[in-house]
Amino acid sequence: MKKQKLVLIGNGMAGVRAVEEVLKLDSEGFDVTVFGSEPYPNYNRIQLSKVLQGDTEIADITLNTWEWYEENGILLYPGETVTSIDTVNQTIVTDKERQVSYDKLILATGSVPFMLPLPGADKEGVTAFRNIEDCERMIEASLSYKKAIVIGGGLLGLEAARGLLNLGMEVDVVHNSNTLMDRQLDNTAGKMLQKELEKQGMNFLLEKQSAEIVGESRVEGLRFEDGEVVKTDLVVMAVGIRSNMKLAEESGIPVNRGILVNDHLETEVPNVFAVGECAEHKEMVYGLVAPLYQQGKEMAKRICGETGNGYQGSVLSTQLKVSGVDVFSAGQIIEEEETKSVTLFDDWRGVYKKVLVNDGKITGAVLFGDTKEGTRLLNLINKRAPIEEYMDNKGAEEAGADLIASMPDTEMICGCNGVTKGAIVEAINAQGLTTVDQVKGCTNASRSCGGCKPLVSDLLAHTAGDAFEQNQKESICACTSYSKEEVMEEIKAKGLTYTKEVMNVLGWSSDEGCSKCRPALNYYLGMLNPAEYHDEKESRYVNERLHANIQKNGTYSVVPRMYGGVTNADDLRKIADVADKYKVPLIKVTGGQRIDLFGVKKEDLPNVWSDLDMPSGSAYAKGLRTVKTCVGADYCRFGTKDSMGLGIKLEKKFEGLNTPHKVKMSVSACPRNCAEGSIKDVGITGLDGEFEIYVGGNGGTHLRKANLLAKVKTEEEVLETTAGFLQYYRETADYLDRTSAWVEKMGLDHIKSVLANKKTFIELNHRMDEALSVVQDGWKQALEDKTLLRDLYQNLKVPAGSN
Amino acid sequence: MEKMLNKVFVATITELPENLGRTVYVGEGKLELAIFKLSNGKIRVIENRCPHKGGVLAEGMVSGEHVFCPMHDWKINMSDGNVQAPDIGCVKTFQTEVQNNQVYVLLPEN
Ligand code: SRM
Ligand SMILES: Cc1cc2nc3c(=O)[nH]c(=O)nc-3n(C[C@H](O)[C@H](O)[C@H](O)COP(=O)(O)OP(=O)(O)OC[C@H]3O[C@@H](n4cnc5c(N)ncnc54)[C@H](O)[C@@H]3O)c2cc1C
Ligand code: SF4
Ligand code: FES
Repeated sequence: MKKQKLVLIGNGMAGVRAVEEVLKLDSEGFDVTVFGSEPYPNYNRIQLSKVLQGDTEIADITLNTWEWYEENGILLYPGETVTSIDTVNQTIVTDKERQVSYDKLILATGSVPFMLPLPGADKEGVTAFRNIEDCERMIEASLSYKKAIVIGGGLLGLEAARGLLNLGMEVDVVHNSNTLMDRQLDNTAGKMLQKELEKQGMNFLLEKQSAEIVGESRVEGLRFEDGEVVKTDLVVMAVGIRSNMKLAEESGIPVNRGILVNDHLETEVPNVFAVGECAEHKEMVYGLVAPLYQQGKEMAKRICGETGNGYQGSVLSTQLKVSGVDVFSAGQIIEEEETKSVTLFDDWRGVYKKVLVNDGKITGAVLFGDTKEGTRLLNLINKRAPIEEYMDNKGAEEAGADLIASMPDTEMICGCNGVTKGAIVEAINAQGLTTVDQVKGCTNASRSCGGCKPLVSDLLAHTAGDAFEQNQKESICACTSYSKEEVMEEIKAKGLTYTKEVMNVLGWSSDEGCSKCRPALNYYLGMLNPAEYHDEKESRYVNERLHANIQKNGTYSVVPRMYGGVTNADDLRKIADVADKYKVPLIKVTGGQRIDLFGVKKEDLPNVWSDLDMPSGSAYAKGLRTVKTCVGADYCRFGTKDSMGLGIKLEKKFEGLNTPHKVKMSVSACPRNCAEGSIKDVGITGLDGEFEIYVGGNGGTHLRKANLLAKVKTEEEVLETTAGFLQYYRETADYLDRTSAWVEKMGLDHIKSVLANKKTFIELNHRMDEALSVVQDGWKQALEDKTLLRDLYQNLKVPAGSN
Repeated sequence: MEKMLNKVFVATITELPENLGRTVYVGEGKLELAIFKLSNGKIRVIENRCPHKGGVLAEGMVSGEHVFCPMHDWKINMSDGNVQAPDIGCVKTFQTEVQNNQVYVLLPEN
């Protein structure tokens, strides 16, 4: 039979899922052509929030890869917009003047963000939050600007605001009503949410009507109707969306608030369907993926000529994707006169639950602080279950496993993708699945908003038992199921002495590990047994192996030590001479108060070091990098302490030490903090009569302000406290966790209490001394070892024709 | 027709460090190879440029038959030259011959 021509307009979540459903029912019957205005394959729009919040990257949110289109014989025209439809001759035309005819046409053009028609809304720096481009625009703005305003205190606005906070911006959220997410939450939950988000650093301007965006060519501020003006460099409008139905309307397809469709998603024009946010079904236009996916399923049946009950509308549920805040709501939220409710309000733990009941049936729910029951409640609402069904099960709910066990197989786990408990259990059993990712791959569960991950994980634990337990600990890498703690225990218990032995004895799945576990094992082994361990060059990343930083063109940079950022004429002269002799293309002052020679050839490295005759600055090491200092008491009119002197002492003491990740320090001699102690792993501030020791700061990818660890009186105490802190970090941190991440994981109070124990403190210092006693300068070590020089720094040159 | 191969001496096997790469320039900057001695003693020779952004593979970390590019950690099979998923691509591989401790690379004649 001749294939039918199926054309999809809109390469987004609803349209592509509908095509997937069609192919599932009939993989041979259609030649599929897809047009999408965006230049990407179908991606998970929902996860844009997580991209903005830095939890994932644009590259990782693709739902259907280019290969998927190819493998399924789908002709995709990315970056191409359909401009008109001729419903009589059944053809469409695109902005690239392509004309294509169809037997069946699906409109899935989604929505367009609604932009408030304020004067000045066309200025640079005003954006919506809808697609990859918007996301990139915000990330870019965050690099050069500080202040952002989000208009709209709904789901989208709050997620955008959290993202902008993570990007280091100050954020005001403007909302016209007096509670946040007022379309989804009741007053109590809305207020709790506000309090929580304020704690996270969001600022709210409620009951405010925006009037004008002010500024020259770029936005500089937002003026409200009450006259107040708030400064800003970026305005994100998240006030709502409108069905994108222009194309349909212009082509004579009947529309209202969306493109009008029946239960089978057929428009009023033959052979033309509409699905997703652009469609209006029984006066409802949906803006969440779960209903859109259900629509796709029903539409596919009709397109493939199968019978079905058709689409019957959906109960909406939402979940806010902001880390640290659990909010869920479904169905009815606002109580009417005859509505009864079951409420639990635990202010202390920050938990709020409200289940609304009409005529004895569950009709709505709001959860704050603990949303585990969300999916279950949604199921009950969908069934219009009697309230007893919820109450009867409450006792069992404390034991999570019982809750899972008692769920019927038909109960929905993943609302977005319509995956039931039965379907997941079957996949786990039939295919021996043990991880959430595998379940996602096989069943689609948790492939969209990810809100059901905890449930899927519970279900795995329940169904797969031990096999799953094994997978839950964070293993070092994919070669093993052992966690860092377990590996360290085994190394100690079995007296393991080199990486390959660890991998063999502990049954690694690959003989020689990978680029993740090898350096980690090399570090753990060396840390546990500093005196005897033989460092493995071949398990080090290139920079640490060669004691220089590789550059993009394969040359290297050389940074000699300059203790405390203090130098002298002799050293500067040596550096200058070396730069001349080896024709160093660039000399740069680093952000770490020292000098960097760039573009050195690998084979020249040993000679450069030998001519410099200075210790290595370890600018490549997972170890102590720099100790920045300020001017200090000897010269500065505010200085209270000899910051340079103390900085040099710290650098001399800890240079060459191996740590889980790099360690940077600084010493300032007054609270003006010119050496930037608040973003250092260890930052010392000298005051009149005492020193403050700050720890866990980070000025890199994830900016983190340091915490005050201790106040001490003498330099000696600074050195000892720093040693205790660093040794505890060395012994307990995961490889590649900076102190910032480690302090967050351990908790500052815990670290303080460990160091407060006199005995432990002395032992930590003792073990630190032991580690320091075997430290060698990387450059000197290489220069003194002929084999090392040959193995690591020599290249071979052979003539082409030799036999 | 059979391709003519040019046999080029590149190293003495005992002089090659185990599980580390070495850069070999053949001719006047025409060809740059990375030569590896694996832990099982086998020799692998591949072109010294990563298909991603030209990282020097000789400085990569070696694990069994694979080398991890030092620039952005792509994983490359040294026997068939294939880049491992999720990344895609391949590097040229070269056959070798070992005679009396001497390693020769077989290069296509041109
Ligand atoms: C040379 C220098 C830039 C400069 O010219 O100023 C530099 C250069 C590099 N930095 Fe940096 N960082 C330099 C100061 C910084 C600073 C500022 C500071 O230390 O005061 C920071 C932020 C502060 C911090 O670390 O908390 C910084 C945060 C990073 C990060 C992100 C670390 C993080 O925890 O997020 C990386 C990536 C990493 O280490 O994994 C990085 C990695 C790198 C590497 C080594 C990238 C690499 O792996 O190849 C760069 C080598 C470039 C090259 O071609 O040689 N560099 N880097 C600075 C050397 C200071 C020194 O004297 O040793
Ligand atoms: C930041 C963010 C967070 C979200 N979070 C959630 C959430 O947690 N849970 C949830 O359920 N939903 C969430 N949503 C909503 C969800 O993403 C949408 O409901 C869903 O993407 C709609 O799918 P769609 O296919 O109808 O539209 P879209 O995904 O927008 O796809 C429509 C596509 O059609 C293209 N197009 C339009 N006109 C044409 C034309 N004439 N020719 C060619 N192509 C055209 C568009 O460029 C677009 O790519 C979120 C949305 C955003 C923006
Ligand atoms: S910020 Fe650091 S890592 Fe990034 S390009 Fe500059 S030197 Fe390289
Ligand atoms: S250059 Fe090899 S991974 Fe990027």
